Amino acid sequence: MTEQALRIGVFVCDCGLNIAGTVDTEEVSRFASELPDVVAVVRNRYTCADPGQKEIKKAVAEHDLNRVVVASCTPKIHEPTFRHCVEDAGLNPYLVEMANIREHCSWVHIHDREAATEKAKDLVRSAVGRARVLEPQDEKVFPVSDAALVIGGGVAGIQTALELADGGHQVYLVEKEPSIGGIMAALDKTFPTMDCSI
Amino acid sequence: MMDAGRHPRIELLVDSEVEDITGFVGNYRALVRRRARFVDSNECTSCGECEKVCPVVVPDEYQEGLSSRKAIYLPFPQAVPSAFSLDGESCLGFNPIACGKCLEVCDKKCIDFDAKDELMDLEVGTVVVATGMEVYDPRENDEYGYTRFPNVVTSMEFERLINAGGPTDGELVRPSDRAVPLRVGFVQCVGSRSVQRGVPYCSNICCMNTIKETLLLADHYPESRSTVYYMDIRAFGKGFEDLYRRSREAGVRYIRGLPGTVKEAPGSSDLIVEVENTLTGTMEEHRLDMLVLAVGMVPRRANGNGKRSIDEILSLSHTSDGFVMEAHPKLKPVDAPTRGVYFAGCVEAPKDVKDTVTQAGAAAGRAANLLAAGQVRIEAITATLDADRCQLCTICARVCPFHAIEQADKKKGLLPHFVEAACAGCGTCAAECPFDAIDMRHFADQQVLAQIDGILADDPMQKIVGFACNWCSYAGGDNAGTSRLQYPASVRLIRTMCSGRVDQAFIWHAFRKGAPLVLVSGCHFTDCHYIDAVTWTQRRIEKIWSKMEKLGIRPERLQLEWISAAEGQKFARVMQELDSMLRQVTAQEVEESMQILAKESLGGSPPILPKKGREQVLPIQN
Repeated sequence: MTEQALRIGVFVCDCGLNIAGTVDTEEVSRFASELPDVVAVVRNRYTCADPGQKEIKKAVAEHDLNRVVVASCTPKIHEPTFRHCVEDAGLNPYLVEMANIREHCSWVHIHDREAATEKAKDLVRSAVGRARVLEPQDEKVFPVSDAALVIGGGVAGIQTALELADGGHQVYLVEKEPSIGGIMAALDKTFPTMDCSI
Repeated sequence: MMDAGRHPRIELLVDSEVEDITGFVGNYRALVRRRARFVDSNECTSCGECEKVCPVVVPDEYQEGLSSRKAIYLPFPQAVPSAFSLDGESCLGFNPIACGKCLEVCDKKCIDFDAKDELMDLEVGTVVVATGMEVYDPRENDEYGYTRFPNVVTSMEFERLINAGGPTDGELVRPSDRAVPLRVGFVQCVGSRSVQRGVPYCSNICCMNTIKETLLLADHYPESRSTVYYMDIRAFGKGFEDLYRRSREAGVRYIRGLPGTVKEAPGSSDLIVEVENTLTGTMEEHRLDMLVLAVGMVPRRANGNGKRSIDEILSLSHTSDGFVMEAHPKLKPVDAPTRGVYFAGCVEAPKDVKDTVTQAGAAAGRAANLLAAGQVRIEAITATLDADRCQLCTICARVCPFHAIEQADKKKGLLPHFVEAACAGCGTCAAECPFDAIDMRHFADQQVLAQIDGILADDPMQKIVGFACNWCSYAGGDNAGTSRLQYPASVRLIRTMCSGRVDQAFIWHAFRKGAPLVLVSGCHFTDCHYIDAVTWTQRRIEKIWSKMEKLGIRPERLQLEWISAAEGQKFARVMQELDSMLRQVTAQEVEESMQILAKESLGGSPPILPKKGREQVLPIQN
């Protein structure tokens, strides 16, 4: 990968008006296009939606991109989405980077369009800088122990344990009292059907 | 309950508590202590002979203390497992003068005073936390006279009194004189929806529970008359409004207004309730035989016996109401932030039986997905070693919270060995390595440095470089965003998995590049997702502060904050405060510190280790 010249695509998301209502995404896109190694900038209404993801895949193919920066929401929501997306486009999923210009920017600086736009530009420049030195990674795969620990033997724990056990999995149901049942077992009838709790 | 007791794939571990959980998604190890029951539950036939001869009488907790049980007892008639249990605390058999009467009468010989606790080591792929809630204790605020008047009872006590399996076999009596109470009042929102008293949230079930109780009462005693005192009736679920209507049609009186005073009538244990009926705007006085407090739900408190709670063992964060926090309030409502851990029931929020069953199904579904897949991919964010740089100092192995690094051996010339499956990616070893021999996949030094450069490329005097851990502080920032809390736009956050990843070099680099102010933020000590990695953050920052002092750089320019994922408000407040601090940093002092640092070579330096290793480290309270 290092021998290959860097070709970065930046995808700036409007998120409807969630971002574009505060941040001048047109300006952010223009700014991104001038950053080193950025060869394609696409502004999307909703980057996470199918059309937005198609734009990414299309741009990767058309511009032979080897790094992708998505300026949109928190990576805690859509990083998996975009990792899958670039993987579909033939890139290693670790070659995508997100700039959080929604939760950390447009939503918290609603009344200051100028400052929010400047901040969004910084976050994009920071993400592009990081993207330039990202490396492909291989995820390790580990086996899963086919058993579940359910802590608490009230109605929630009992129901969970039964569902899992009926599905063929071994369950350890841990209850600190001498009997399962929890608070539910101390109730008389339960609403709205007025049937017995036990 | 019975189904769970006899299911071939459910191992029922009653009398048991989880003492520790280690490992990672798909590969957890749980240490469970099964307390001695002193009765072999497989052999016991629940004949009850032991109970007859037991001389010890104690309050029966199942009956809310309204009746008594023996020291050897069946928890309740439908208990699962259906076996007696011996309460070691109150049994006389353990005294030097042993009682032993139960031993003599047990034909099956299934009582064993010498039974010991059993420790079990379980390997599981997933953990479902269904630890429930607690019922609000009205003794905290005695406004309705719960501790003073015998005929003021809680809704849980009322449940037992009207239950056929209760202490009075379902005949409702009032505590003062065992008369059947026919004029019964119900006070709603006791402990709920009050910022001053109890908890600020709605406990979700109390309105419907009271409606149910008024119908039970009308059914048992058609001549009775119930009065419900409420703020507003929340009958929002399927079939709820119908039930509410039935209750009204049954003649239950609904008064909008909570009682102002409750007192006993002179010479009687009847109760006099004064209430402002806010629908008519009049003061009313009601004489009642019994008053039921519809007590709300509160989060389960810590054990209080020095043992770690499940929340602590699993590093679960809490929302402001004290219930556990989900990975996402809408999209991942039954997932914990830690992969492979799920929530079911009231541990997450107050809910009724139907919602609990629904959520339990969801949690089971999520857990089953993981188990059925048979394998799990782990994010490639683990530590890597540059063997050429390693000086075999062993610090990495000593700081690793997961014991994922097998110590280097200088004499034998053995390099440290990184166990990838055990590495959780916190990055503490990479930050603490004095020789820069360790780096993190996907959170590499040069990647973080590039982010700092990106932030400070122009007009650095207006920027705060912030480092935020993935689980708490970064998520706290997200929380502020989702809540639309407004704060100044000066901060730019860099996400690391843990604040323990923040290398000294990152901070010096930021100051060299002209950062006026740097923030390092992580989880509260009890919330740290990497056991105690955050303690290394604290030590490191303290070292940097003293170094800054020596160099003539104001230590205030490096700030350390602990912000949880639920603390959006704190996040916004801290950003406000930092912005004010930023305004106090002068261009001159930034310039001076850049010159000072240009001359210094400041990578990492060896950390100060406690003499006897990590275990000696006391958590530092913030």
